[in-house]
Amino acid sequence: MQTQDAISAGYGGDKPSYLTNGSTLKSWLLTKDHKRIAIMYLISVSVFFFMGGIYAAFIRLELLTPASDLLETATYNKVFTQHGILMIFFFLIPAIPAILGNFLLPLMIGAKDLALPRINLLSLYIYWVGGILTLYALMQGGVDTGWTFYTPYSTTFSNSFVMAVGLGIFINGFSSILTGLNFIVTIHTMRAPGMTWFRLPLFVWAHYATSLVMILGTPVVAITVLLLAIERVTRVGIFDPAIGGDPILFQHLFWFYSHPAVYIMILPGMGVISEVISNFSRKKIFGYEFIAFSSIAIAVFGFLVWGHHMFVSGQSIYAGLVFSFLTMVVAVPSAIKVFNWTATMYKGSISYDTPMLYAIGFLGLFLVGGLTGLFLGSVGLTVHLTDTYFVVAHFHYVMVGGQVIAYLAGIHYWWPKMTGRMYSEFWGKISAMLVFVGFNLTFFPQFILGYQGMPRRYAAYPEEFQVLNIFSTAGASVLGVGLTLPVIYFTHSIIAGKRAGDNPWMLPGLEWRTASPPPTENFEEMPVVTWEAYEFGEENGLDIESARKASGPSVPVQA
Amino acid sequence: MSHDHTEGAHIGIPGYLGVFAILVVGTILTYYVATFDLDFIFAGANTLVALLIAFTKMAFVMLYFMHVRWSGRLIWLSAVASFFWLAIMFAYTMQDYLTRGQGVFSY
Repeated sequence: MQTQDAISAGYGGDKPSYLTNGSTLKSWLLTKDHKRIAIMYLISVSVFFFMGGIYAAFIRLELLTPASDLLETATYNKVFTQHGILMIFFFLIPAIPAILGNFLLPLMIGAKDLALPRINLLSLYIYWVGGILTLYALMQGGVDTGWTFYTPYSTTFSNSFVMAVGLGIFINGFSSILTGLNFIVTIHTMRAPGMTWFRLPLFVWAHYATSLVMILGTPVVAITVLLLAIERVTRVGIFDPAIGGDPILFQHLFWFYSHPAVYIMILPGMGVISEVISNFSRKKIFGYEFIAFSSIAIAVFGFLVWGHHMFVSGQSIYAGLVFSFLTMVVAVPSAIKVFNWTATMYKGSISYDTPMLYAIGFLGLFLVGGLTGLFLGSVGLTVHLTDTYFVVAHFHYVMVGGQVIAYLAGIHYWWPKMTGRMYSEFWGKISAMLVFVGFNLTFFPQFILGYQGMPRRYAAYPEEFQVLNIFSTAGASVLGVGLTLPVIYFTHSIIAGKRAGDNPWMLPGLEWRTASPPPTENFEEMPVVTWEAYEFGEENGLDIESARKASGPSVPVQA
Repeated sequence: MSHDHTEGAHIGIPGYLGVFAILVVGTILTYYVATFDLDFIFAGANTLVALLIAFTKMAFVMLYFMHVRWSGRLIWLSAVASFFWLAIMFAYTMQDYLTRGQGVFSY
């Protein structure tokens, strides 16, 4: 039986960590280290998340009463548009790939860095340029078209800063493309000896599938925004029927990217959940190959369903039927994942640490989000539900209940590896429970509101909807507290947190076999992988389970 | 990863200038064809001809300027996959446009 010390040693060595290898501003801004770039993404993405959150707070405060009293209707249009733009393009899409993917992908496959480190830094700078330009436009007066920029409103009628925001999103798209490209090249060419495709952690498979969507889909939305700009400036007829264009063409092109973009947001989250559930159940994941290939299937089928956003747009009924059928099909690989995660937990040795609390929350919330997606994918029922709060609730159950919860699971799970410090497990659990309760209180009433016919994107509503809106706003304040707590205890962790061991959760993955925080080169010597993913017995070279049991109760191991 | 990308196989400056000349000719041809009304062949024939010229130009750019001609099978797979995705976008968009107002599901 191996001891806890032997498990902590691994490939880490005594080299200085990536955090202490240079402390000047230049050493950060010109770094090619994927881990430092990930930390800079973490800070940037968090800023956008909290700005988007402020807009969300204004939306919920406005909807506390039936009248449009806190915000003018024109201002309300800008507030919900800017909430959507900041959250989708600058938080949901980059959050997990750019932060956790950047930090962990090389560590998980036994590489020193991503294959194209300079391109990685470039993608961060592009993200900053796109973000700053968008923020500038928002501060100058903002945009009121909705995050979807539907034509002909965005090309003909809106007097807001459509061009500047569009340019910001256009630029930001290249950051996404370059990150996806980098991940694909890295996974193909940088795997350690013995790290075969079917030994890759499922987090890596999920990022591979996400990267495919990023590089195949993002150029289309970039070109669509460009066409929108061309029509707005030069009045060439592309989308405006008055000058020979077709507004539904915009919706086709926009959703060809923006529906797969939902999978860019959720697939990395699913990768996180696969890691957390298997590792905190201390059991080999059930149906590894099925989960891996279901990620690829989601990426492929995700490109075939965009027309379900357009059932009432004027799209042909035949096309609607085809898209409705394919929407049912894309639910299958998602369901495979949920079944396999549940089967993994069955008879597992589950520990309810903070990351696992989030992962279990994800299972329930994503299930609700996914199943209500089938309601909206049904071509008949959706006529009643389109553009109601039912859609808003469904979307948030998938995006917040899915992606954000998975992101929080991941950031808690790998925080000791990223910083070398532990956070307060007590406050972590409190936060996880507040987020779960607050989230459900915010968004579940919106299903009912939507079913009863309350439309989205209006600042005022009939009085009979007020009670449920009060529930929703109250829930949002609980959710806000739950999401603010991690900022406080993570900051405390960096300043005064207990030092984490190299392998605080006692897990077999490669990222746990190097130092916490890792050295710049990740591993002192090239790892040679001789074990399958998620093996907790002696076959992985570390008899983790025996050592864990010998070390006493299930608490994170500190140095 | 297979990678038989050799410098010697490239076409050199004269070759690249030749490809550039083909692109310029393609652009001029696109303009010239657009000055004729080809609807006597079938409705929308002008668009089809313009697209054919554009695809030919794109193929030259990919094969020579982007060196796909001398790249390994994985790069070829990526290039073909991109076209496959483009075909999906066109096909599923056209299934809307071509089925409006006709057939069993017309409205």
